Amino acid sequence: MPVEIDIEHVARLARLELSEEEKARLREQLGAILEHAAKVGKVAADDVLPTAYAIPRSNVLRADEITSSLPVGEVLANAPEVEDDRFKVPKIVEVE
Amino acid sequence: MSELCDLTATELGTRLRAREVSSVAVLESCLARIDAVDARVEAFLERTDDIARGQARAADERIAAGDAPPAAGIPLALKDVLSTRGVTTTCGSKILETYVPPFDCTPWDRLKAAGGVLLGKTNCDEFAMGSSNENSAFGPVHNPWDLSMVPGGSSGGSAAAVAAGEAVWALGTDTGGSVRQPASLSGVVGFKPTYGLISRYGLIAFASSLDTIGTFTRSVRDAAALLSVIAGKDPMDATSLDQPGRDYTEGLDDPVSGLRVGVVREAFGEGVEPGVRASVQAAIDTLSGLGATVTEATLPHAEYALSAYYLIAPSEASSNLARYDGVRYGLRVDGADSIEMMTKTRGAGFGAEVKRRIMLGTYALSAGYYEAYYGQAQKVRTLIIRDYEAAFANVDLLVSPTSPTTAFPIGAKVDDPLAMYLNDVFTIPANLSGMPAISIPSGLDDAGLPVGIQLTGPVLSEPTVLRVANALEGALGFEARPPLVAGSAA
Repeated sequence: MPVEIDIEHVARLARLELSEEEKARLREQLGAILEHAAKVGKVAADDVLPTAYAIPRSNVLRADEITSSLPVGEVLANAPEVEDDRFKVPKIVEVE
Repeated sequence: MSELCDLTATELGTRLRAREVSSVAVLESCLARIDAVDARVEAFLERTDDIARGQARAADERIAAGDAPPAAGIPLALKDVLSTRGVTTTCGSKILETYVPPFDCTPWDRLKAAGGVLLGKTNCDEFAMGSSNENSAFGPVHNPWDLSMVPGGSSGGSAAAVAAGEAVWALGTDTGGSVRQPASLSGVVGFKPTYGLISRYGLIAFASSLDTIGTFTRSVRDAAALLSVIAGKDPMDATSLDQPGRDYTEGLDDPVSGLRVGVVREAFGEGVEPGVRASVQAAIDTLSGLGATVTEATLPHAEYALSAYYLIAPSEASSNLARYDGVRYGLRVDGADSIEMMTKTRGAGFGAEVKRRIMLGTYALSAGYYEAYYGQAQKVRTLIIRDYEAAFANVDLLVSPTSPTTAFPIGAKVDDPLAMYLNDVFTIPANLSGMPAISIPSGLDDAGLPVGIQLTGPVLSEPTVLRVANALEGALGFEARPPLVAGSAA
């Protein structure tokens, strides 16, 4: 059975604006894909440990040395809006 | 007589070092081919002719001075998910249409240091999500073997460029088969080495536990040579393995007799085209004729790999793609506040497949569903790795078709995501297990379209995978070229 999804809720979590048409299509497609993907629940037993990385590595540290940073001008040249060498965003708090 | 652009890097290297040809002449041959065919193939998103001409002249000077590494003077193309300083890197997405990276990815950095010549950036499915290259915001790529067909994806532009002689070799990325599947559909060699062998610094991330850089070449020897330039530990990528650099062409011609090869039983079932089955079976017989011991092998959990992949990869993608928020780079669509700005930016900047995967991944990771989907998929990953370990206790390599089908018409599967996802059913397991896998052409089907055979080995078995692929390539003698360029290549 296709899986029922609260598309509005998931889109809000993903910060994704979707048209009504997109929502309808995604509701149908994701339902079908998840129905297929739910197969994973049938095979994996409780005593099987999950794998996050096929070739696990841990505590990969570099030497604590000062190195040059990226060229600030080239980095900021990609930003939609910049002020005083900073990324500028719309207001995020109300000011009295 | 062949054009220079139709030769392999190995052949060109010999002629460059003997001073029979110049890097500039090789480059001009590639540029002429691009001029002749790329309006129809559409492999390139951006050409860097001026950069290439400077690099070719510099390579000629190096070679004249007796300093000629294998990559010197060889024109190459990079998939447009690989960062190139000062050269636009779009990921095939409107959201990064104007992004100019302030640094180079490590593989290009190493190729540049070895005398490489950059032809440009190749088209791909948006953020490497797709199996046909139809998900690019900048239009599809056309298969050089039949321009009405897809070249495969997501690295479709790199595959097509090498198939058509526009580039001598190219880099792509393989998260679920995005190097091997387009190599198979486009009749070239596609190699995905062990996860972590090639640094991903500067590769724009899709699914970090799976993303692997891979090579497109017109011979296995070229794949080994290209890997030798770019592989090895990089302090800039914490996931890169502690492997010293080495020459992977060494031992390439050693015999394969006595080698144990397992034919993956599950990869010859329903859904595999008869033409694919016949070509791959004939190649397996050829391998047997070379003295390899061929037996049957089984990966019992392979049937769950696709499901696990389409939970794990979108989950990681939904997290990785959170960075496209209209603040630091790329598109911004204004909104009343930051949240509205981000939401509108992402709605306008991402295409249908990327939205589908972000939604799928966000759902699979959301409260209440995480264990049932993402958690279970990670357990299936464990089972698939165990399957491989059991198989490799008895055989040295596994063989299967690379893809169940040959190239399909542009537009044929765009409205059916599940049918599209099935393209990767034989390539995904090697990403879930991190193991090296190569696709080489096994022949043509009745329609004249290329078929690929895949060889997979255990972690860090690159020398064995390449040696067997090289022997098989030599025995098969696949010399066909796409009709588009066959006249000049004959």
